[in-house]
Amino acid sequence: MQEEINTLAKPDSWNRRYLIDLESLTADEITTLLDTADQFRELTNECRMKLPVLQGKTVANLFFENSTRTRTSFSLAARRLGADTVDFTASGSSLSKGESFIDTAKNIEAMNVDAVVVRHRAPGTPHVLTKTLDTAVVNAGDGPHEHPTQGLLDILTIRQKLGRIDGLTVALVGDIAHSRTARSNIWGLKKLGAHVIVCGPATLVTDRWEEIGVEVAHNLDEILPRCDVLNLLRIQFERQNTRPFPSVREYALLYAMTPDRLARSKDNIVIMAPGPINRGVEVTTEVADGSHSVILDQVTNGLAVRMAALWLVTQ
Amino acid sequence: MARIWIQNGRVIDPSRELDRVTNVFIDDGRIADIGDAPQEADQIIDATNQIVCPGFIDLYTELREPGSEEDETIESATAAAVAGGFTSIASIPSADPPTDTQASVEFISHQAKRADNCHVFVLACVSKGRAGEELSEMGSLVEAGAAGFTDANRPIFNAELMRRALEYSRMFHRPILNLPQVPELNQDGVVHDGLVSTILGLPGMPPAAEDVMTGRDIRLAEATGGTLHLMKISTSGSVEIVRQAKARGIKVSAGLSAANLIGTDETIRSFDTNFKLNPPLRSQDHLDACIAGLTDGTIDVICSGHAPRATEKKMLVLNAAPFGIVNLETTLGLVGTKLVHAGHLDWSAAIYKMSVAPAQILGLEQKGSLSAGSDADITVFNPDQPWTVSTKELHSKSSNTPLDGWTLHGRATHVIVGGQLKKQP
Repeated sequence: MQEEINTLAKPDSWNRRYLIDLESLTADEITTLLDTADQFRELTNECRMKLPVLQGKTVANLFFENSTRTRTSFSLAARRLGADTVDFTASGSSLSKGESFIDTAKNIEAMNVDAVVVRHRAPGTPHVLTKTLDTAVVNAGDGPHEHPTQGLLDILTIRQKLGRIDGLTVALVGDIAHSRTARSNIWGLKKLGAHVIVCGPATLVTDRWEEIGVEVAHNLDEILPRCDVLNLLRIQFERQNTRPFPSVREYALLYAMTPDRLARSKDNIVIMAPGPINRGVEVTTEVADGSHSVILDQVTNGLAVRMAALWLVTQ
Repeated sequence: MARIWIQNGRVIDPSRELDRVTNVFIDDGRIADIGDAPQEADQIIDATNQIVCPGFIDLYTELREPGSEEDETIESATAAAVAGGFTSIASIPSADPPTDTQASVEFISHQAKRADNCHVFVLACVSKGRAGEELSEMGSLVEAGAAGFTDANRPIFNAELMRRALEYSRMFHRPILNLPQVPELNQDGVVHDGLVSTILGLPGMPPAAEDVMTGRDIRLAEATGGTLHLMKISTSGSVEIVRQAKARGIKVSAGLSAANLIGTDETIRSFDTNFKLNPPLRSQDHLDACIAGLTDGTIDVICSGHAPRATEKKMLVLNAAPFGIVNLETTLGLVGTKLVHAGHLDWSAAIYKMSVAPAQILGLEQKGSLSAGSDADITVFNPDQPWTVSTKELHSKSSNTPLDGWTLHGRATHVIVGGQLKKQP
């Protein structure tokens, strides 16, 4: 065990104190994060115990927006690495709660923390914190902008299942407009050589994505036979001002992943969903719980990715 | 009152196509003469290598007093105006309480006189309470001194109210100034709706929101014969709509906020709230179209778009922070750098848009000109010498601007308001 921990040396390809987005990372940096996550997953699986590589350090979770699974995952990741954690949560339904976010963050920093994990409903908040704080900063989701650890865990899951990213065709289906997961997936997958398709109603999937080399589709059935991976994004009803489609029923008719659609897909298609899923809207229960679904692998990988991220930014 | 001799400057008066090195003589608060021969004077200003022109008139200054004195006061705004070379400003009633009563108009005039920095022309609200529902008492407001009507940064969204406002204000020969935007298309938008907003996940303000309202307002102006000024336009679509309207002979004028010359929507990648403007910094194609509109005369006016906001308000996250920047003291520099030095406008055209056209829109016959007998409102500025913006040196009470540390060309050296020297080096 101790020997294995000693083999953990910060890779030369990583020199950042922040993980804010995947847009600004290089393919090498993304691969480093994935490889490190793999390493952590194997170590924790084998030993089923803590890797005290962050012993004596403190990680603060600043969640200005409600979150259960991501916050839990980050907390657990920090504790598995031996770090102490401080949780700050503010119910973030109103922006007024986030108004003093810089002051809140500075207060937490004054308690001598080493890394800040931040979630906020406003895009750019983690970026602003990197200009304000001296600590390491990890973005746990900033509005519809990015959610880099979610993107990484999705990509890690694909790499495990299909052995590569380069050359794969990956479709992100659903509410692209309001999805930070979509944006992080787009950048990460493209940098590693995948062909990315965004698919959904025209009100939620703008043609502008073509300008950065992403294929835009509105008909799931047309692209389905070409896809190696489908990532079914949740419809973010809470972020929409006016409903961008006439009814949930019509959405499900056009875009829900059903057993029928599964039958028309590639045999080894990988079905992902970042959760929490709306069963019956983006995906039927049969498919969500079926053999092509890797939804629970995603959760396990999330822990490994967050351990890797916290470790790398604090080295 | 002192007799002033402005000596040896490059005198530009676009109101009568004057552009040559000569002298300007001021007596008793008015332009006395322009000529090469020396005359007697109590005070001599050496304007060698400087431009001497009719004083700048700003059609968009948010005073913020009364109501939001933490942002700006009438005293500090007018001081900033003079520092920036403006001899007159039109006050935009963006604060609450709204400027919709005689008393509120007179309060602003009174505070401006007390500050004694520059002229303030009060724009009163189009609608009672600035609520966009009922017409304000325009007749009474004009009697109290209102120079025009606007609901400030709230677009007049109700088409029927806009029609009535354009009709009714005709009786008093006062313009209606609108911010042409369809609110429901902009919704919670914070930046230009384009590739950058898509990538950053920020709610966008689509160009169509402006184009649609520009088209509506022009049709209503045509139908009513009212006087319409579109305060701040920013899209290629609305520039084209205004261009076509003018070609058809419709009486409409349009302005561009100098703040929108700062850059494109790429700036918002910094997530710096000082790049959050309304109208937003748009993509390069829209900016190019606006500059083309300035060059061919489609856009008549360059305003400052001055929107002071206290630091703590701009410290909020991008979605929650207010729009706007302080710009009275940097407008001339932006015009000099981004338009004149960049080769899009000559100084005569720039001065036309900052003095002659605004005077015409407000119906100020004694201003916007250096003709003998005009008010002695004069700006003397150095067109070429670079200077560096420092927010610490701004006269405005707020310092919300991304221009700190920028090097600009064009800075006022002497400002004469009503025959009185208000600024000198």
